Amino acid sequence: MSHYFMIFFNSVFIDNIALTFFLGMCTFIAVSKKVDTAIMLSAAVIVVEVITVPVNNLLYTFLLKKGALAWAGYPNLDLSFLGLICYIGVIAAIVQILEMALDKYFPALYNALGIFLPLITVNCAILGAALFMVERDYNVMESTVYGAGVGVGFGLAICLLAGIREKLVYSDIPKGLRGVGVTFIIVGLMAMSFKAFSGLQF
Amino acid sequence: MNLFDTLKEAVNASLYSPADVTTGSVHVRDSINHKRVMSIIMLALLPCILMAMWNSGYQANLTLNQMLAAGQIDVLPGLSDSTSICANLTKGLWIFLPMLIVVMVTQAFWAALFASMRKKSITAGFLVTSFLIVLLMPPTAPLWQIAIATSFGVVIGREIFGGIGMNFLNPALVSWVFMSLAYSGSMAGDAVWTAVDGYAGATPLAMALNDGVASLAAQGVSWQAAFLGTIPGTLGETSALACLFGAAVLLVTGIASWRVITSTLLGVIGISSVLCMFNPDAISPAWHLVLGGLAFGIVFLATDHSASSMTVKGQWICGVLIGMLIVIVRAYNPTAPESVGIILLFGSVLAPFVDRLVVNAHIKKRKSRHV
Repeated sequence: MSHYFMIFFNSVFIDNIALTFFLGMCTFIAVSKKVDTAIMLSAAVIVVEVITVPVNNLLYTFLLKKGALAWAGYPNLDLSFLGLICYIGVIAAIVQILEMALDKYFPALYNALGIFLPLITVNCAILGAALFMVERDYNVMESTVYGAGVGVGFGLAICLLAGIREKLVYSDIPKGLRGVGVTFIIVGLMAMSFKAFSGLQF
Repeated sequence: MNLFDTLKEAVNASLYSPADVTTGSVHVRDSINHKRVMSIIMLALLPCILMAMWNSGYQANLTLNQMLAAGQIDVLPGLSDSTSICANLTKGLWIFLPMLIVVMVTQAFWAALFASMRKKSITAGFLVTSFLIVLLMPPTAPLWQIAIATSFGVVIGREIFGGIGMNFLNPALVSWVFMSLAYSGSMAGDAVWTAVDGYAGATPLAMALNDGVASLAAQGVSWQAAFLGTIPGTLGETSALACLFGAAVLLVTGIASWRVITSTLLGVIGISSVLCMFNPDAISPAWHLVLGGLAFGIVFLATDHSASSMTVKGQWICGVLIGMLIVIVRAYNPTAPESVGIILLFGSVLAPFVDRLVVNAHIKKRKSRHV
């Protein structure tokens, strides 16, 4: 149990995908102007991460890994070089299916999430989580927890950033820095404050 | 407005009262303004400043005398009598003043540059930020590092957001955290707490965390000493008593929010009592409060107006969270025991979002009342 807690805690605070690896920056900066939209986006990211990371994990273990195709008579086949393209395909397909299912069965939620679902198909935080999952050799259960952690971490970071940006509407920022420029500096300061958790051992 | 006008105005604002004083009934009835707030904070800081000068000299002299007794040095340099207040103060002044001058010159440079480039006047809070930065530095920190940390804190933490009141982080806090991340050797090493060449000793906080509170008694650090502040540490943080005086001034004048201070204390005391219940070796709440920068941070940094939470509920939530996180990181992070600065920074990052959630909840409640 504590092993899973550590994976979750690590991916939320210590190895935060947005503030430590700086992945998913385009969405992170573009959709953080308002807290309400940021909360919606975090919900979408969490859902997609929790579904895609374990599915990609299954794909990797049973098809791509070296020796995974032994049952088909190819014990030495190593297809892991196809990983990148497979994961993207899986993510895109799952998001598409998810979108259709939501449209049909939960129209209210579909309208709320709106553009965010297709937007995060191409978010590198989602793909990054799949690639980290392979690199760290997680099993299905671990990768589910890891996916949830990455989603929550990204969501937390984008909500905090949106809160700060809403507050700074009243600031007097030099002309050349307004908008994206100062946001990058804020993200840097936030990354500094998340350093508080690095090195924690329970 | 050119550079000289800016400087002239800054000097005028800090030394003289304006010629055109309003008389009769005006709309604003409160006598408090930025300048007066800052003056009161300076007053509250005064015991910490005096204590910083005396204690840094005292620690250095104490160590010199111990080295003499152990035969590591042959003769004492002048003014090294650790029982004489005068000798301690003089020695401490030699540590304190150069730092203060460097910080003030650096800050004045950036403030004047930004003010004249942007055709604005220099904002208040210059003195307070300077003293806070100095009080957060260890006595042995090299001056060039202090200058760089000050520049980072002032420019990135305040000036690019438009000056005081428009920033979301306390510039002194940013300098402190920058210093401990960028020059960790000057902030977290063993030899950095006493201004004597070739002396090495861990901070009381690190000792207490690594070997338990009992090891402090062996080093001659009693709870009383830690409360009064006669222990090694950064310049201003050692004396909880001086911070207590500052807290009283700030609370009576209403400048610091009592909610922020109370909730942070509640968080610290609550979680450290729980940890003590499960683990008899954990540091007790009383020790947590007097060791390291906790007291100083809660009184002077957590209560920063623009960097802390603005809603009533938000202040309670953020305060308790900050207090708990400080103790948790102290207890479970073996690499960096002093967590106060960086957790307060995290608290400032958290505050706007928590505020927004509180406001959202309030809007929802009002809406549901009038369906």
